[in-house]
Amino acid sequence: MSTGSPQNDRPTKGALDSFSHWANKHRKWVLAAPAMIFTALLIAFPLGWTLYLSLTDSSGSVRADSEFIGLENYGEVLTDFDRFWPAVGRTLYFTGGALAFEMALGMAIALLLWRPFRGEKWVRVAILLPLVATPVAVGMMWSLILDPNIGFANQALSWFGIPPQPWLAGQDTALTTLMFVDIWQWTPMVVLILLAGLTSLSDEPDEAARVDGASAWQRFWYVTFPLVMPVFITAILLRGIDALKTYDILYATKGKGGGSFHEVETLNVYAYGLSFDYNDYGMSSAVLIIFFMMIVGCIWLLTARKKRSNR
Amino acid sequence: MKSPRVLRVAGITTAALLAVGTLASCSSDTGGGDGSGVLNITLANHVWTDAIKESLPEFEQESGIDVNLTQLGEDQLSDQYNVKLNAGTNEIDVMMYRPLQEGKLFAQNKWVADITEQVEGAEDWDWSDFQEGPVEATTVEDAVVGVPIITEREVLYYRTDLLEAAGLEVPTTLEELEAAAAQISEANPGVAGFVARTGASAAVTQFSSYLYSEGGTWIDDDGNAAIDTPEAKSAYEFYGTLLREHGPDNVSTDMSWPEAMAIFTQGNAAFYTDADSLYKNAVDPASSTVADTVGFAQFPAGEDGSKPYNVPSWALGIAAESENSENAWEFIQWATSQEKMLELQQAGVPGSRVSVWEDPSATEDYPADLLEAINASFDVGVGFDRPLVISVAEVREIVGMPIVESITGGDVDAAIENAQSQFQEFLDDERG
Repeated sequence: MSTGSPQNDRPTKGALDSFSHWANKHRKWVLAAPAMIFTALLIAFPLGWTLYLSLTDSSGSVRADSEFIGLENYGEVLTDFDRFWPAVGRTLYFTGGALAFEMALGMAIALLLWRPFRGEKWVRVAILLPLVATPVAVGMMWSLILDPNIGFANQALSWFGIPPQPWLAGQDTALTTLMFVDIWQWTPMVVLILLAGLTSLSDEPDEAARVDGASAWQRFWYVTFPLVMPVFITAILLRGIDALKTYDILYATKGKGGGSFHEVETLNVYAYGLSFDYNDYGMSSAVLIIFFMMIVGCIWLLTARKKRSNR
Repeated sequence: MKSPRVLRVAGITTAALLAVGTLASCSSDTGGGDGSGVLNITLANHVWTDAIKESLPEFEQESGIDVNLTQLGEDQLSDQYNVKLNAGTNEIDVMMYRPLQEGKLFAQNKWVADITEQVEGAEDWDWSDFQEGPVEATTVEDAVVGVPIITEREVLYYRTDLLEAAGLEVPTTLEELEAAAAQISEANPGVAGFVARTGASAAVTQFSSYLYSEGGTWIDDDGNAAIDTPEAKSAYEFYGTLLREHGPDNVSTDMSWPEAMAIFTQGNAAFYTDADSLYKNAVDPASSTVADTVGFAQFPAGEDGSKPYNVPSWALGIAAESENSENAWEFIQWATSQEKMLELQQAGVPGSRVSVWEDPSATEDYPADLLEAINASFDVGVGFDRPLVISVAEVREIVGMPIVESITGGDVDAAIENAQSQFQEFLDDERG
């Protein structure tokens, strides 16, 4: 009530004034409120609910009666060497392998595209094509190419006298094959991010190194790479998180349960199966919470590393 | 400002949360739905659905009910039910479901309504005209929860031209089948002697006829797992060997019927065993390059005779939360009436009404040998094609493992032993 006007005259003005005064004082909260409410509703609530489910024996229907059983699900999950631990192994193998290739290849391609050249535009478009394809279509396309009997891949191999490979049909080869499909699809994104980082660099340090007679490798390793490091780590983070939760190409090519031998069953596929095939929501939630903690751990390690490199 | 540490922790948590997007899938939601006059029908991709879709306008006109149809693939349909019915939605009224796969689960979860009164009250529509086995499958603990619409039996599909060229008779026993498959694949490079489903879970239903014909079963009379009997072992070994030695080269272990059927209809296999309700795919020139040379026969006999499954594969139920159950029941009555079922059966969908099967006009377009095989299967058929438990999806993966192990030439005995103990544990667990 900053003005002296009578309240019964213009009550709304008084209320509005006091609200804007309050809003002004708590500006940062008011502005952040929509985002915070969004986060609470759509992220914190489901997480809390999942955490709760993981402590119950909920199965069949989520709305059916379930009993609170404490950490029993976690005990069962962590001692499950048939499905859970192999799934953890596959998740790490798939993510680690895909990430390593994508970062190395991505860096190399970004460096090639960094300096202007003729036909640059066309090359960039061509490189970005896999990125815009929908993952399920990508999965189906590769299943056709890699079909052991009628696929193009084995036909191409036969021109060089190499025997046909089982690819996706092989128990031992399926996951690695899918890793390469992932690399094919997602390296362009890494290129895009790294290229943005490279273009924003100043030319001076590089020129200075050139004047000092540094070789191309030395200029990259001691000048360019450290400078582009923060962007590099951001790319690892983004791609790493995405690779960990890969689901679409696995499901599109191998179906439920990651194939008959569960040969491409990652944690995500396993949790999905527990929920949707087995209707075992307690166990599924426990797997997801453990998965969540693993991701938090990985991100924490990476950001700690990033902080150190920033110093 | 908050300390950077707090912000960082918050940042990490948010990033990780975004990473585990799947978490949200289990959240509770009371669902929308307006309970208006629109009837929501959820159906699976099937010849039955295609045929019924064409006559929907007829139903809408007769009844004055607006129909909203959702059509999905088998797996996607199951997932839809899981998500929506878990959330207590009233968006689903009529649901097409698999009685042997999901019937017990849905009934236990109270996702399907008890329609005993309706089916028994509708005298003109005549519930007693439905075949006994299918009715049993849609009745859970004395409550009718669904009306069977499609039935199927496993039959032998074969290529008449290849058999003729090899001078072979149609195999009537599993032994003859193996010998014929071997002879044909040897004489025709690039053509497999035999093909069938290979996926651990997908193959279970088609493997069941092999199991029964060899004298085995899934669960014994005392309710215990029975897949390690000598009969079951020989069935597992036979099915796997047939595919490994006479099946397609580099055989994938992920095949369900669309993949296996494709190999057969592309002319790349001489024999194929699967459900008779899929026969249109093989004899329709639009989908089959061998349409003119497909023959059908009763499932070959094993040690214990020919014992194909004879099951209701799909049924219609009413969702328990539906606010439109009267209209839903009206639709079900219309879609399963004697007249409609006759029409659908003429279009190639084997139905579940006794009177329709007795009507010669229902099957006059069926290949004669197929009809003969179907009729023979009625007499000897077994009423289930998978273990009758609540969580069927889980059990199919367990009992299907030795099939795949056998196809790939692994240690079948060890796989059976392992599957048997897991199966027993599962049964003990489910009985509580």
